[in-house]
Amino acid sequence: MTATTLEDADRRKAWGFAAPALLWTLAFFVVPFLFMAAMSLWKREGREIVRVWNLDNYARFFSENALLQGLVNSLEITVIVTVLSVLLAYPLAWIIAERVPKRFQRMALILAILPFWTSYVVRSYSWLLVLSKNGVINQMLTGLGLIAEPLEIASTRTATVIGFVHFFVMLLTLTIYSNLIQLSPNYRRAAADLGANAFQTFWHVVLPLTLPGIMTGAFLTFVLCIGDYVTPQILGGNNELVLPQIIMLQLGRRADFPMAAALSIILMLAVTVAYVLCARWLKIERA
Amino acid sequence: MLRRVFVSGVSWTYLALVYAFIFLPVAVLVLFSFQDGRLPVPPFNGFSMQWYEAVFADRKLMAALSNSMLVAISSSVVSCVLGFLAAYSLARYKLPGSALQRGLLIAPMTVSYLIIALGLLALLNALHMPLSLLTVGIGHVVINLPLCFAIIYASMGDHQINIERAARDLGASDFKVMALVTAPMLMPSILAAFFLSVTFSWDEFIIAFLLSRFDVTLPVEIWSMLRSGLNPKTNAIGSLVFLASVALLLILEFSLFGRTKKQ
Repeated sequence: MTATTLEDADRRKAWGFAAPALLWTLAFFVVPFLFMAAMSLWKREGREIVRVWNLDNYARFFSENALLQGLVNSLEITVIVTVLSVLLAYPLAWIIAERVPKRFQRMALILAILPFWTSYVVRSYSWLLVLSKNGVINQMLTGLGLIAEPLEIASTRTATVIGFVHFFVMLLTLTIYSNLIQLSPNYRRAAADLGANAFQTFWHVVLPLTLPGIMTGAFLTFVLCIGDYVTPQILGGNNELVLPQIIMLQLGRRADFPMAAALSIILMLAVTVAYVLCARWLKIERA
Repeated sequence: MLRRVFVSGVSWTYLALVYAFIFLPVAVLVLFSFQDGRLPVPPFNGFSMQWYEAVFADRKLMAALSNSMLVAISSSVVSCVLGFLAAYSLARYKLPGSALQRGLLIAPMTVSYLIIALGLLALLNALHMPLSLLTVGIGHVVINLPLCFAIIYASMGDHQINIERAARDLGASDFKVMALVTAPMLMPSILAAFFLSVTFSWDEFIIAFLLSRFDVTLPVEIWSMLRSGLNPKTNAIGSLVFLASVALLLILEFSLFGRTKKQ
């Protein structure tokens, strides 16, 4: 009898401790999200939001080329950025883990991610200084006589991709490095004993073993990249809008909150599909 | 032998090139914050501190700076306290549906900030709640709570249970155990969660942009400075934020985390 009452008291206490965090998440994350999902099924008429359930916003997304193109642009840019970032970051992480002497590795890693600590908005702005018409790259190239006319890099997709790749190379170097460093040297020794050369060892042993780390990093890149508004807005400008830019446009000039909500749901679905596609490689749980 | 030299040559060249790519924008940012002229692009006309003076004279920018600090610190304190309590409850008591609760607490991590901000904005609008620094702070707790919970929960090992039990046997109440036994033992991870969450909140743009109106945070103020195009003053505030963050990072690296590693 005493035991059960104690248990009840414990249970009440446990709920009491967890309650504030759970309620916060419910009130400010779950409820707003459900409200937004409901709103995506409403309609804007003039300045008013009419609460009639319909699928018009989603129908409009698939019939209006400008909107659908936003998703296509987002997906294209995100895939290009993810692939480029992995291809650039893996060798860097590998060189730091394998070539740089042990006692300098931590420093090399800190250096490689130092620009992470510029503020996010400022980082994109800095690339504008480098890429704009009278920016560093163009002035250097014209100064050297390599080009006559300055290149139009700013306000293009290329600029967006460069800005993104810069950010994600730092992120991926960190995740891939921590993966490489955890590999037991025994695997490589075994491969060498069995007669594999350096390339074969890498291709058949090291790469497959680091694949989960790569996929986790790549998925993170995908999620952060496809949902970002700042980099495409500053660097890509108003050409080839991506989905977050189109969402923000609905909010601003058009005040079409239901459409913005519908587009957000579509953005989330894209992330969910990406998750399902790489789920079998992802190991996010506690080891 | 020749092949070895070749491979290491390629390695070091690659390393140098990628480092150059990583540092190029930051170097340009800092260099042209000292520009003696109106445009932060080449040619470099010579050193001048005028843009730093302009930054410190800018009342809006300074207000945004203190707003950012206020939001970052208070939202991180709330995130850490709520995250710690939830971690304590879920790690120490066997509650029904605890996997579901963990899932719920982690869930905001998997959703874009833009979507979190839009949901909150839609709800606040519907309830006719005014936007302010408070609403920004609420949004920042939403994104930082999962992080703080996950970090603190992961560090709650079973080996601490006995020490907590001993304290309880000696008559300490739950809150006393938490405050005097559990929290001090977990201090390194609580501090790590706190500083990480300060960094995230400090740098966060889209939630702060959508959920604020008159009082804004630093990233939002910098964003509105961008509308005037390239401007050395933007370089100056950007460089200051960068240097301050690096200084904080170095202090943490050498004091806090350096010490805990030796223990």
